Amino acid sequence: MDERTLDEIIGRYPYPSGRTLGILREVQIKEKHIPMDTLKLVSEKLDTPLSDLFSLVTFYSFFSLKPVGEHLITVCMGTPCHVKGAEKILQSIQEHLGLSGDSSDGKYLETTPDNKFTVEIARCFGACSMAPVLHVDGDLYGYVTPEKIPEILTRYGWKR
Amino acid sequence: MKIQSARDLESARREGLIKIQPGRPRIGVGTSSCGIAVGGMALYERMKKIIQDEYPDISLVKTGCIGFCKEEPIVSVSIPGKSLVLLHKVQPDDAERIISLAMEGRVPQELALCKIQDWDHITGSLVHGGGFDGIKDYDEIPFFANQKKIILRNCGLINPEDIMEYIGTGGYFPAFKAITSMEPEAVIEEVKRSGLRGRGGAGFPAGIKWEITKKASGEEKYIVCNADEGDPGAYMNRNEMESDPHMLLEGMLIGAYAMGVHEGLIYIRAEYPLAIERLMVALDQARSLGLLGKNILNSGFDFDIQIATGAGAFVCGESTALAASIEGKTGRPRIRPPRLTEKGVFGRPTDLNNVETWCNVPVIIAKGASWFSSVGAKGNTGTKVFSLVGKVDNVGMVEVPLGTSLNTIIFDIGNGGAQGRRVKAVQTGGPSGGCIPVRLFDTPVDYESLNKVGTMMGSGGLVVMDEDTNMADIARYFISFASGESCGKCVPCREGLKHMLLILNRLIAGKGTVKDLNLLKELSETVQKTSLCGLGQTAPNPVLTTMQYFKEEYDELLEA
Ligand SMILES: Cc1cc2nc3c(=O)[nH]c(=O)nc-3n(C[C@H](O)[C@H](O)[C@H](O)COP(=O)(O)O)c2cc1C
Ligand code: FES
Repeated sequence: MDERTLDEIIGRYPYPSGRTLGILREVQIKEKHIPMDTLKLVSEKLDTPLSDLFSLVTFYSFFSLKPVGEHLITVCMGTPCHVKGAEKILQSIQEHLGLSGDSSDGKYLETTPDNKFTVEIARCFGACSMAPVLHVDGDLYGYVTPEKIPEILTRYGWKR
Repeated sequence: MKIQSARDLESARREGLIKIQPGRPRIGVGTSSCGIAVGGMALYERMKKIIQDEYPDISLVKTGCIGFCKEEPIVSVSIPGKSLVLLHKVQPDDAERIISLAMEGRVPQELALCKIQDWDHITGSLVHGGGFDGIKDYDEIPFFANQKKIILRNCGLINPEDIMEYIGTGGYFPAFKAITSMEPEAVIEEVKRSGLRGRGGAGFPAGIKWEITKKASGEEKYIVCNADEGDPGAYMNRNEMESDPHMLLEGMLIGAYAMGVHEGLIYIRAEYPLAIERLMVALDQARSLGLLGKNILNSGFDFDIQIATGAGAFVCGESTALAASIEGKTGRPRIRPPRLTEKGVFGRPTDLNNVETWCNVPVIIAKGASWFSSVGAKGNTGTKVFSLVGKVDNVGMVEVPLGTSLNTIIFDIGNGGAQGRRVKAVQTGGPSGGCIPVRLFDTPVDYESLNKVGTMMGSGGLVVMDEDTNMADIARYFISFASGESCGKCVPCREGLKHMLLILNRLIAGKGTVKDLNLLKELSETVQKTSLCGLGQTAPNPVLTTMQYFKEEYDELLEA
């Protein structure tokens, strides 16, 4: 992220309450991860030790230090999604994209070798009435079934 | 224009009413997050184009969500002098027909869900009219008939991005009344007498917390709205903020006046971008009308609200962790006391209340404490909004008086299991709650009765499970969740939950023994008793309740 963009973001947070997390949130949304260089810049500008910021981005699950692929797929693993088969949805996505990481400890983020897709899990987008649910680049898909996965992936340039 | 007098407010109300009932057809498209996901926004854009090109006489607005998620996208059509009609499962291809029929004063019958002749917005009421004989009344739809809408009084009916519509239904009149004609102490007294209890889970009396904050020493104080809504399966707060953000702002304004506080904060989870956006719009509009900022309503009282976003940590819903998070620290709870009312955000006295707690406040001031406490049950006054989800037929957001039985909610309103499956249990209170078996569904939903059966109210998620749901798997799911969300500060929670998870994994793999079951129970009780904060203290509830009510499912897992 260039310095000007960051300055603009910081300028939107004149008050101390919610400032640091708000700034990091905007960086995360814009860059789809928190680049180390940007984190260093934030540290200088806010006059906050880098180690403090580092502990924030590793504590809060909204942030990721790892860059993600071209498209980000987030599968909801909240309770209603779980009882309606979210694991099968994740499995199906993994099979189609040739991924195999383990998500049983509640954390998961994996990118395809061609850097086209990153798959992660989250807990509840508040769209539980349409469980199971997933996001692709912010577009919400509800009532997902394993059968619908190829069609959704195709929209984002996936080929069999 | 700033609202400075009763006359200003009254003329704003009239202006708002004209927007809601413009004397020409008005179409409202449900566009909260869930409506959008099933095509609500595409439908809105399609209609907008048609109306711009061909029917400039039709008024088109975005509305929030009326709660019947299963029937989304929902569109409301209001023809002057006639009942407001709700259309359901509307597709983009229906747009043209809905619009051209509306021009003729008609609606597509086959899309009609029900009609509304008049509506009690609590802070005001609206008469729409009659007509449309072939369409069912709102009260004839079981999903709606068994509800009582006080908090959701405007949701799905007004445009959440237009403050005038909120004022049109009588909004900001309660704040005007409180600020210009009541002493702060009298406002607190009214809230105390109403019996309103915190809707974030613990049920602490709101008026008493306000009084403590008011009396706390220190000039600078905060009031904070807890919009972290971390319980997976609960989305009432999101909908409340997306569908009617001003009721929250007004509730906070009244609270600020009562407590003599000038700074307000809304701590909202980052996963709710639309709610954040609508709150920003609402804040700007309230400021420009002089309902926030300096010299509110020309009374000399100053108050403003800022937004602070969370970043995906369930534990940050806990009060002390939330305060740390607002300060830009990692959200790790600390020992209480001191409570937030004494030492909160940046060390200042802080009153923290849930979104829905605040949303009740304007109504209490408008209708009075006696009116409010006549709804619900003794010691459990008012209504509560629940998100009814999981394997239930009618998924959606429902509001019922406290004390309503689970049977009413799940069978009368929810119409039982989805796809005709048999309902087995319901999980209340999220990761802190427990699973209640169907044979106990005559339990009234109030703070104490839920505690008695081993669970808790929580923020209002009701996840229904059916005969296909394995209860030990549910217990494992929650322990895995809680273990992943543990902040790691205290040993019982950090290590205890991890070992509970290992035992549950062993049981589910068919490798567990009776000894494992006993150890699981013992460990659960230890974690409950010795954890630092509410997360650990309540995390074992799903295990304990499923072991109590569905023991046979655990026994079946034991190694032969
Ligand atoms: C782990 C944990 C998570 C919590 N999450 C929330 C939450 O998401 N929303 C909420 O309003 N309260 C939550 N609470 C309860 C709050 O700590 C607090 O009691 C509440 O916000 C007070 O507001 P009320 O009195 O209006 O209910 C949580 C508590 C714990 C221990
Ligand atoms: S549990 Fe998946 S959206 Fe709420």
